[in-house]
Amino acid sequence: MAEGGNGVTGWLTRTRGRGRLHWTDWFSYGYLAFGVLLMFGPVVWLLLSSFKTDSELQRFPPRLLPHAQETVTLEGHAKPLPLFEVTAGELAGETVAQVRRIGLSSQVVRLDDPGERIELSLDERTAVEAPALATANYTGLFERFDFLRYLWNSTFITVVATLIMLLVNSMAAFALSKYEFRGRATVLALVIGTLMIPQSVVLVPLFLITRELGLLDTLWGVIIPGAATPTGVFLLRQYMLSIPDEILDAARMDNASEWKIYWRIILPLSAPAIAVLAILAIMWRWNDFLWPLIALSRSENFTLQLALNSFQGEMQTEWSSLLAMTVLTLAPIALVFVFLQKYIATGIASTGGK
Amino acid sequence: MARLELAGITKRFGSTEVIRGVDLDIPHGDFCVFVGPSGCGKSTLLRMISGLEGLSGGDIRIDGEVVNDVPAANRGLAMVFQSYALYPHMSVRQNLSFGLENLGTPRADIDLKVAETATMLQIEPLLDRRPRELSGGQRQRVAIGRAVVREPRVFLFDEPLSNLDAELRVEMRGEISRLHRRLGNTMIYVTHDQVEAMTMADRIAVLRDGRLEQYGRPLELYNRPANRFVAGFIGSPKMNFVEGTGDGDRLELDAGGRVPLPGRGFRSAAGQRVALGVRPNGFRPAGPDDWSVAATVREVEQLGDESYVYLQLADATPLTLHVAGQTRADIGSTLALTASADAMHLFLAASGESLREGLGQGDSEGDSEGESA
Amino acid sequence: MTDGAPRRSVSLAVLTPLMSVIEWPMRRLQRHLGIRRLAWVFLAPNLLLFGLFAFLPVLLNVAYALTGGGNVLLENRPPVGAGNFVQLMDCESYLDPNSCDEDKFWRSVHNTVLFVTLQVGCMIGFALLTALVLNGPIRARGFFRSVFFFPVLLSPVVVALIWKWILQRNGVLNGVLGGAGFETHVWLLDAGWAFFWSVFISVWAHMGFYTLILLAGLQAIPRDVYEAARLDAASPWRTFRRITLPMLMPTMLVVLVLALIKGVQTFDEVYAFTGGGPGSATLLVIQYVYEVGFGGSPRLFGLAAAASVLVAFVLVVLTALQLWATRKNAHG
Repeated sequence: MAEGGNGVTGWLTRTRGRGRLHWTDWFSYGYLAFGVLLMFGPVVWLLLSSFKTDSELQRFPPRLLPHAQETVTLEGHAKPLPLFEVTAGELAGETVAQVRRIGLSSQVVRLDDPGERIELSLDERTAVEAPALATANYTGLFERFDFLRYLWNSTFITVVATLIMLLVNSMAAFALSKYEFRGRATVLALVIGTLMIPQSVVLVPLFLITRELGLLDTLWGVIIPGAATPTGVFLLRQYMLSIPDEILDAARMDNASEWKIYWRIILPLSAPAIAVLAILAIMWRWNDFLWPLIALSRSENFTLQLALNSFQGEMQTEWSSLLAMTVLTLAPIALVFVFLQKYIATGIASTGGK
Repeated sequence: MARLELAGITKRFGSTEVIRGVDLDIPHGDFCVFVGPSGCGKSTLLRMISGLEGLSGGDIRIDGEVVNDVPAANRGLAMVFQSYALYPHMSVRQNLSFGLENLGTPRADIDLKVAETATMLQIEPLLDRRPRELSGGQRQRVAIGRAVVREPRVFLFDEPLSNLDAELRVEMRGEISRLHRRLGNTMIYVTHDQVEAMTMADRIAVLRDGRLEQYGRPLELYNRPANRFVAGFIGSPKMNFVEGTGDGDRLELDAGGRVPLPGRGFRSAAGQRVALGVRPNGFRPAGPDDWSVAATVREVEQLGDESYVYLQLADATPLTLHVAGQTRADIGSTLALTASADAMHLFLAASGESLREGLGQGDSEGDSEGESA
Repeated sequence: MTDGAPRRSVSLAVLTPLMSVIEWPMRRLQRHLGIRRLAWVFLAPNLLLFGLFAFLPVLLNVAYALTGGGNVLLENRPPVGAGNFVQLMDCESYLDPNSCDEDKFWRSVHNTVLFVTLQVGCMIGFALLTALVLNGPIRARGFFRSVFFFPVLLSPVVVALIWKWILQRNGVLNGVLGGAGFETHVWLLDAGWAFFWSVFISVWAHMGFYTLILLAGLQAIPRDVYEAARLDAASPWRTFRRITLPMLMPTMLVVLVLALIKGVQTFDEVYAFTGGGPGSATLLVIQYVYEVGFGGSPRLFGLAAAASVLVAFVLVVLTALQLWATRKNAHG
């Protein structure tokens, strides 16, 4: 515990720790615990809330776990009957099943005697609830809202845009790293120049160009303008520079065309960098919002992000479906995260320095 | 099997001339070694022959056909690189097959040739491994195998042994020589190590500063070097040079001593500044009838079966003596040394050119059989 | 082989026949152009995309900024010279948006400046603190690193909705506060609180990214420097101030400028979160451009383009700063 580590914490521990937990350790772990709570907590809350029914969601103060009213199936009654606990009157404390509700009173039966109906007023009973998941929120998405369509749009855009980006960027990176030609410096400068032109400041002309190309309100109108990113070219070029030139010479002697060299030597050897770029690209494209907002107008072309945002307005009171949709929108990225988080972290750390 | 002719080859990088007019004629089946100090252009010359580097001037002909503009892959050549340049993500088998696949060779033929080559080079057990799992010597074999499997007209080797340790180098030297004897192809081999050149070559081309200094058989270069540079480059330890001035039929050494010049076979040195070259094993203690020059012993190295004595002349010129057996020379003592006429080499001090008759300026020099361009 | 490799192998297997088809014309091109000039063929698709979707737009942006009217086609737009810019810059006092002709623009500028200052300040501060903690002698560093990085992956809309849900009038935050005896608020209907929470969610969503970069920078500081400091009897605070911080400064600089560049462009999460409101309390400059150019009617492309040009100018300066800082870092 007292060994290793840089920075304030490690330093302090080394001088004062002596094998026991120092106050900085308490601070560190406390901070980290707080971090876990703050970072994961909201998402967990989202997840839990998404399994609550609308009426449940309106409860204040909110309950942690989603609950639903318990039901029981009794003889002589076709459908399951909701259970209540009697709060007043002679049956107080007992659990009864409600057969019918009329106005301010309800007809209930006792569990051991399903034949006899007893009258209770509403305030003489409270619902018996148990933790349960309202999966109807999710299934409803597929039935009532065009969720699959939005999912398809997002997926199509993400996959195709990523593939195009990988292909185009790797070709350019290959040219810029392994060829000596006049104008190379100019092209590199141009690519750097593109860094200074983020999409958000050329929205108007982008709109015009997309419109003139007939790509407005189509998925391709979202895919193609987004494929021009300089970061990918830099990242791949940097990596390709480390491939020894002699291997290319050997391949040329082996009668490989330059295209074959690109395809069978350069790309396989650049796989780590390509993987990082792919993950970044998937993340960017899936989460893209502003440009799709401008480029897409018909709702059947919406991506998940757009749909989610537009339903905010429509469904101000229907949080149950909104929350479920939010969970489904973040699920793919969360899965990518779980399986590939090591590569994401190393990728970000290396591109961040560029 | 192919004859390779280089005619007036020049190469410029920007305004710097790297190869300055090289003429070379390499007959079928020869093992030709390009040797020279670093920066002499030997690798560049090899790359130009291979087609990986273009020409600024001159012609390259393979079997009489000019190949200047023929792409590298179509010249019928194969190259073994200094760092082996194996494809790291492919297995040995795939490394060997790649070239043939690109030529559209049928699978069955590829498999056959790969198997034959693997057997010849004893790399069959390695066929399914990756390059990073192999040792340096094994990688070297695979690199050679990659060249062999393509059955080229000419093999090109670019300093293939410089990344290996000394023991492995000696072993691989023998392997490559055996390969040459077995396949019989023309092979061009680039190295900076003159020992490799002497032991492996049928003919050696010595290069310096982009120029061909001499081209001929190893012993030809050793016994009749065309200029001072070749004389000093070939042979280890280096030849000793002692400066003097020609005076009639004698040479007045700056360090003292009058050397009678061998008249036959040498041009006149009268009135010129001349460097006398004698190899370390060419000097012997002077007898009463010999000419002599006095030298002081500075260091003695005894290796048991041979000794090296390092001396200095009166004008501070260093001398190295190589003596068989053990010696009793004392440090600080003075020896009178002489050399016989057949151990003497004479070079003009100004141009370095040999005064021996029958040797030209150095370009495109043939061997004693008179094959010159 | 890496985990990414299986996915890659699958796509390779699918695309290989396609690539072999492309080889045919590429070989012919190679024969025509020679190896050296073939590089342009490899560059062509990328250059085309950049040209069409990065460079051309820049020129057109300026063209639009100099024209007026509601028509989208440039040829149908009447030139107004610097009219749009004049309209944007017409203020009695730049410090009071209400005194401006285009007061919405200036409100968005003020908001953006305040937003960026707070957001970048808090984000870098917390990122540094987190990086220091993560760099210390803790267990399961990889896990905790992922924890802080997790929100970075979430889309801005998701981030906005997650927090909007928490901040509802009957949401969990009010529930906890109420339960603890504190006052509850209708957070997003209050201008001040809406702004605060906008900054908060932005910091929450992006901090992890910068934490990673700073952590890498911290880990690049060799340990023996700290040992030398220890031998020199330097106190912990002094070590931090005189050794850690200066050696981390190049990375901090890069991170700072990067955060500024991204901060100025903030749109997604705030738009989804508050829509710019209440009123225009959380209206940021990119949202202004969006509303003017694509939201209202008529669509004032000229004005939007002019505002974009102004923002672009600021970003160019910041990006140039970033490149300078990165180069310094690379050689430093």
